[in-house]
Amino acid sequence: MLKISNVSKTFNLGTVNEKKALQNISLQLDEGDFVTIIGGNGAGKSTLLNMIAGAYPIDCGIITLDGHDISLKAEYDRAKLIGRVFQDPMLGTAAEMQIMENLAMAKRRGKRRTLKWGVTKEEKEDYVNVVKDLGLGLEDRLTSKVGLLSGGQRQALTLLMATLKHPQLLLLDEHTAALDPATSSKVLQLTDKIVTEQGLTALMVTHNMRDAIDVGNRLIMMYEGRIIYDVKGEEKKALQVSDLLKKFEEASGHEFVNDRMLLG
Amino acid sequence: MSLLLSLQGALGQGILWGFMALGVFVTFRLLDFADLTVDGSFATGGAVCAIALTNGVDPIISLLVATLAGFIAGLVTGLLHTKCKIPAILAGILTQIGLYSINLRIMGRSNIPLLRIETLFKGLANQTNLSLNMVVIIIGVIFAVIVIALLYWFFGTELGSAIRATGNNEQMVRSLGVNTNFTKVLALMISNGLVAFSGAIIAQQQGSADVRMGTGAIVIGLASIVIGEVIFGKKGGFAVKLLAIMLGSIVYRFVIVIVLQLGLNTDDLKLLTAIIVAVALTIPVIMNKRKQLSMYKKLTGKEIEDHA
Repeated sequence: MLKISNVSKTFNLGTVNEKKALQNISLQLDEGDFVTIIGGNGAGKSTLLNMIAGAYPIDCGIITLDGHDISLKAEYDRAKLIGRVFQDPMLGTAAEMQIMENLAMAKRRGKRRTLKWGVTKEEKEDYVNVVKDLGLGLEDRLTSKVGLLSGGQRQALTLLMATLKHPQLLLLDEHTAALDPATSSKVLQLTDKIVTEQGLTALMVTHNMRDAIDVGNRLIMMYEGRIIYDVKGEEKKALQVSDLLKKFEEASGHEFVNDRMLLG
Repeated sequence: MSLLLSLQGALGQGILWGFMALGVFVTFRLLDFADLTVDGSFATGGAVCAIALTNGVDPIISLLVATLAGFIAGLVTGLLHTKCKIPAILAGILTQIGLYSINLRIMGRSNIPLLRIETLFKGLANQTNLSLNMVVIIIGVIFAVIVIALLYWFFGTELGSAIRATGNNEQMVRSLGVNTNFTKVLALMISNGLVAFSGAIIAQQQGSADVRMGTGAIVIGLASIVIGEVIFGKKGGFAVKLLAIMLGSIVYRFVIVIVLQLGLNTDDLKLLTAIIVAVALTIPVIMNKRKQLSMYKKLTGKEIEDHA
C-alpha cells in the first residue's frame, strides 16, 4: 500500500539551525493498517506526514502509494489519493463557505473541476445523511457558514471530508490535540469508527500514549527523525503506557519528560 | 437642471467603471489577493479597443479583444506570483509598470482620439435619437446584467467554488486535490479581463484612449467595493454582493459629481478617493469597537447592580 524507502529530510542545511527532521526512514504499510505514531517534540512525526502528503520536497528516498511513485509529485496531485486532517481545526475547512459547499468540494477530490454546478440537488440529500451520522445536529445547518461551527464540529467535518471519497491513505496529524478532552475523545471515537468501517489505511500522529495504544493495529515510536519502535497486532494491544515510557528511555537514553504525553 | 444632467452622466459612468470594480472584487475579496495590475490592465483595455476600432473592427468585437488582452495581463501577474514566487503586491506592480510601456507600444502614442469613429454608444444614439447619457445607461445596464449573471453562474460552479475556497483556505483546497496555482492564475485572468473590458468600454464612451487612463483605477475599484459593502451591507447572497459593488461604483460617481459641483478642484479628486477608501475601511472597525464597548458597559453595569 504505502511504502517509504530511505527517506531523509534536513531543514536549514548548512546553517546553525540545521535540523535533521527525518533520517533514513523506511516504513511499509499494508492495506487496512491503522498506525499510530508517537514521539516527543521534534521527533519528526509531523514531518513524516508532511513528506507523505507532499507539503515539502524530500531530500532523498522513494515514497510509493498503491504502486505509484509519488516522491516528486505535487501536493495537490497526491491529495487525489490522500485524505488529511490537520491539528488546527481552521485548516481543514473553508470558513466563509457553507457546510454543504465544503462537502461538495471534498466530494470532488481527484476529479477535474468543471463548469458544472458546484453543489447538485441530488448530493444535497446525500449530505444530510452523512452529516446526520456525525451526531452533531449539523444536518439542519447545511447552508450555514463553516466559520460559525466550533473547533470540534469543524474537526469532525474535516474528518468527514477527508474520508468522503474513500482515500487510499488517511493522514491524521494530531487532529484531536487542539480540542477539549470531551470533544477530543468524541472525534477520536469517530475516527476509529470511520477508519474501521471503511477499512482505510491510516497514519495518526498523537501526543497521547493512551490513545496511541487504544486505537489502530500498529504503533510506531519516533525519536530524532528515526523510527525506534514498531509494534503491531496482539503485542500492541497488550501495551501499557509504562511500557512505552520504558521503551523510550531505552532508545533515547534519558527520561521521557512531557506532561502532554502522560496526561489522559 | 445641470446637476440632474451631471447625475445622469454619473450613473452611466458608475455602471461602466463598475465592471472594473467587479474585477477588483474577484481578486481583492474572493481570492484575497491585492492585485495592483489593475491600473495597467485598465489602460490596456482602452488601448487595445482604440486600436481595434481605428482599424475598423466592430465595437463589440473590440470589447472582446480588449478583454482577451486583460486575460493575458492577469496571466502574467499570476505566473509571476505562482511560478516565480514573487509576492502578490510586487507581482502586480511589476506587470502594471511593464504594461505602461506595452500600452504605449500598442497605441504608438500616448493618446488615441475616437471622435470620428462609430462607437457602440454613438451608433445607438444615432439610430434612436436618445441622448448620449441615456444610451450609456441603457448599454451599461444590458452589459451589467450579462456580466453579473455570468459571474454569479461561474462562481457557483465547481471551478468557481474552488477559486472562492482558495481565497478562504489555500491549504484546504490543495489537500482536496486542487492545484491552487491554477485557481489563482484563473482568478487573476478573470479579474483583469473584467478590468480591461471596463477600460475598453470607457474608451468608447469618452471617445478616446489614453495611456494614463488607468492611473488610480485600483483605488476607485476599492472605493466602489467598500462603499457598496458599507451602504448595502455584507450580508445577502452572492448576487446581492455583486449588485452592491455595481451600486457602490454608481454612488462613488454621484459623490464625485456632487463635490465637484460644490467647487472641489478636479486635481484633488484622487486625494478625495483615497480618503473615501480609508474612511470606509475604518468605519466598520470603529463601529465594532463601539459595539463591543457599549456591550461591555451594559453587561458589566448589570453585574455590578446584581452584586449591589
